[in-house]
Amino acid sequence: MEVELLEIRQHMGRFPPFDALSDELLDEIAGQVEVAYFQAGSDILLLDQEIHELGYIRSGAVEVYRRNGELYDRRGEGDIFGHFSLLRNHRVRYPVRALEDTLVYFLPDALFQRLCEEDEHFADFVELERPRLESVVEHQKKQNDMMITRVRKLLTRYPVMVEASTTVQQAARQISDSGASAVLVLDAPGDNPRYTFRDSEERAWQVCGILTDSDFRRMIAEGRGPETPVGEVVGHHLVAIQSDESVHEAMLTMLRNNIHHLPVVYRRHPVGIVHLSDIIRYETHSSLYLVSNIFNQSSAEGLARLAPDVRAAFVRMVEDGADSRMIGSALSTIGRSFTRRLLELAEEALGPPPVPYCFMAMGSMARNEQSIVTDQDNALVLDDAFDPELHDAYFLEMAKIVSDGLHACGYTYCTGDIMATNPRWRQPLSVWKGYFLDWIRDPTPERLLHSSIFFDLDVVHGENVFVEQLQDLVAEQAPQSPLFLAAMARNALNRTPPLGVFRTFVMEKDGKQNNTINIKRRGTAPLTDLIRVHALACGSRAQNSFERLDDIGRTQLLAPGVSEKLRHALEFLSMVRIRHQAYDLQQERTPDNNIEPENVGDTERHTLKDAFQVLSNAQKFLKFRYPVPSGAARRSRGSR
Amino acid sequence: MIRLPGAARRQAPGWPEYLADRAARVQHPLLKAYCAAGCPDPATPIAEVPMAALDIETTGLDPRRHAIVSVGVVPFTLARIPLRERRYWVLKPARELTETSVTLHHITHAEVERAPDLAEVLPELLEVLKGRVAVVHYRQIERPFLDSGIQARLGEGLRFPMIDTMSLEARLHRQSLWARFRRWLGRPPVSIRLHNSRERYGLPAYQGHHALVDALATAELLQAQVASRYSPQTPVGELWS
Repeated sequence: MEVELLEIRQHMGRFPPFDALSDELLDEIAGQVEVAYFQAGSDILLLDQEIHELGYIRSGAVEVYRRNGELYDRRGEGDIFGHFSLLRNHRVRYPVRALEDTLVYFLPDALFQRLCEEDEHFADFVELERPRLESVVEHQKKQNDMMITRVRKLLTRYPVMVEASTTVQQAARQISDSGASAVLVLDAPGDNPRYTFRDSEERAWQVCGILTDSDFRRMIAEGRGPETPVGEVVGHHLVAIQSDESVHEAMLTMLRNNIHHLPVVYRRHPVGIVHLSDIIRYETHSSLYLVSNIFNQSSAEGLARLAPDVRAAFVRMVEDGADSRMIGSALSTIGRSFTRRLLELAEEALGPPPVPYCFMAMGSMARNEQSIVTDQDNALVLDDAFDPELHDAYFLEMAKIVSDGLHACGYTYCTGDIMATNPRWRQPLSVWKGYFLDWIRDPTPERLLHSSIFFDLDVVHGENVFVEQLQDLVAEQAPQSPLFLAAMARNALNRTPPLGVFRTFVMEKDGKQNNTINIKRRGTAPLTDLIRVHALACGSRAQNSFERLDDIGRTQLLAPGVSEKLRHALEFLSMVRIRHQAYDLQQERTPDNNIEPENVGDTERHTLKDAFQVLSNAQKFLKFRYPVPSGAARRSRGSR
Repeated sequence: MIRLPGAARRQAPGWPEYLADRAARVQHPLLKAYCAAGCPDPATPIAEVPMAALDIETTGLDPRRHAIVSVGVVPFTLARIPLRERRYWVLKPARELTETSVTLHHITHAEVERAPDLAEVLPELLEVLKGRVAVVHYRQIERPFLDSGIQARLGEGLRFPMIDTMSLEARLHRQSLWARFRRWLGRPPVSIRLHNSRERYGLPAYQGHHALVDALATAELLQAQVASRYSPQTPVGELWS
């Protein structure tokens, strides 16, 4: 190594994308550098001028502009500029001006093109937006086993299967002999074609249930003899999973249904049984223990004592490289478990409910995107037989128990009072239907400002069908109401992303600088807002943003590839938020949604900028895609 | 910046005439070729002048007792400093290398043992300097050391125009009315060493005392000085000495 180039080489080697290059390439780059000094305020690249060099900022700072003169980015030491134009027509598309006295290292185009060809990382970095976001997100995913490992990999044996007429004793002997812990019970094909299959002798069977150790215990407790046919003792609600689902999905299925054995089917053919312990071996630190612990608590105080465990499980998931969907889903499952257990405790204390009810979650819990910093958004949907005089005292008390209990567990009271304790949100199904119809048919942005959260809704406990009817209603009505979509779209633009992060500041589009950025308010929330609008427009019944994007991607609502961009942006922004919260917890600070730019790494800073750009572009499109229908505004005013 | 009248217009040395005269007189073909190539007219705008940043590291400050250990040259213009044209030589000094100069210039004894004498690199050195205006920081080292080094090898000395970035800083910080006022107040003078001068223009700190790094640092400093204190149209005759 020529010592005289060390100055240059060492500097470049500290910054992406050069940090990943080999020493030989770095030497070569350093040897081809051309240096130039620019005084603050002077032009470095003019619009449309020819360009044959890549700029690297050795010291100082520059501003990059759009064609229309709007500020596009501010870049400092170690950043590059000009790559966009070099990759296209060699005409400057984004003019550059020195913000401070700046020393620039220029690299010849031929070398730049060679680096793009020879180094994938380099090429990814200089391509704008999608590729970098994609590669960062893909990279995160690769590190995670649970998400990509198929559940079939956990299977070690073929399932033990017995006919429904087999006696309990014979079944027990088969289980013992084979060393299994459960058997599948087969019967003649009947009501459920989902679990009907043909064996090797072409005989048709239906899996009608699974028999586990606990069933034997229950049977003996009930005083039944060893000659009882298994068909009489087996439960009738069978939950199974397809063999190509992920281990993570299997875990969630178990959590959701509170079961320890999960039959695995290939198409409709049973191929094995996964036990909870098989998954725990996979997931080193399990949120499963936490959930079963929640259901073992006999008081609200006991539940509140689990709050530190929730935080610990969260930090471990982040350390283990879980992605935002896994974490959001696990935290939502934990939140639902708390809620469900509190409802069970309420029923124990207050007696059985006087009319059927469904406890409903809104917002992040409904979307399965809960974070560690969250408040509670919930409501009660009651049977239409509900009589306030007779029944409301019961449900108010129930709502209080749940709401206070959740608050004690760390799910703070909702500042907007969207809780079942509020009489407006403790109503029979027919009233709820009226609410939704009213919002959809007679919308104004102002009226919808505080109700958009109701368009993420899901069952937590009780009569599922109540909430499912509301979901159906929304999915049917929303796509037919352009005025409603326009109002939702307008509200989705209330919060905009910043331009990016520059040094230790957040830079805004007007060039102002702030010290912190609220990544929820300026990133994930506006993104989920706009995904919700598109989902409503296409009649999607999904609540989770990623699932909504799946539905949106199947329509023509967005240009090709856009829903993928949004997916990557959401994943990245969510992970930034999650990682910073985990970092706060590790530093024994109260986690929040704020990100301090000094804690943002170089690569993260670039990707952050790309993600904000995706969001910003998508917001511009939203305005244009869901305009207020002509004449509609007048009609709306007239009806008020 | 306020300057004393008279200090602004410095006596131009008449370099083109001097070099033309020397070209006619010198005997050695190397020196003849160098002088014959001449230098730009003093009225030429600095933006059009080909330059070469030059730095030498020596065993001491006295050209009669000390020797050159390394030479770094970076040809450049006001617009660009292309590093691929850089030149760097480690030389074997006629006199002993002292311990301090070894550590100071990052040159090892072994390197020096294998190194050529100045005489061997002169053809290349003069070739790269030919037709360009040399840019140095503190010409009181480069000019006498090269002059006496060449004198000792070729029997004739060589002097040529130099833009001295240190004296450009001195005009500003040592000879200005403001500088005199500071002195009168008893304030320490502003440092015009290479590193401190660069700092004032927002240029990065380089590891000093390597002939090529210092030559690059000097070239960058001149670009910065012209950008902030002069203009691309400034005649080269106002800058050289």
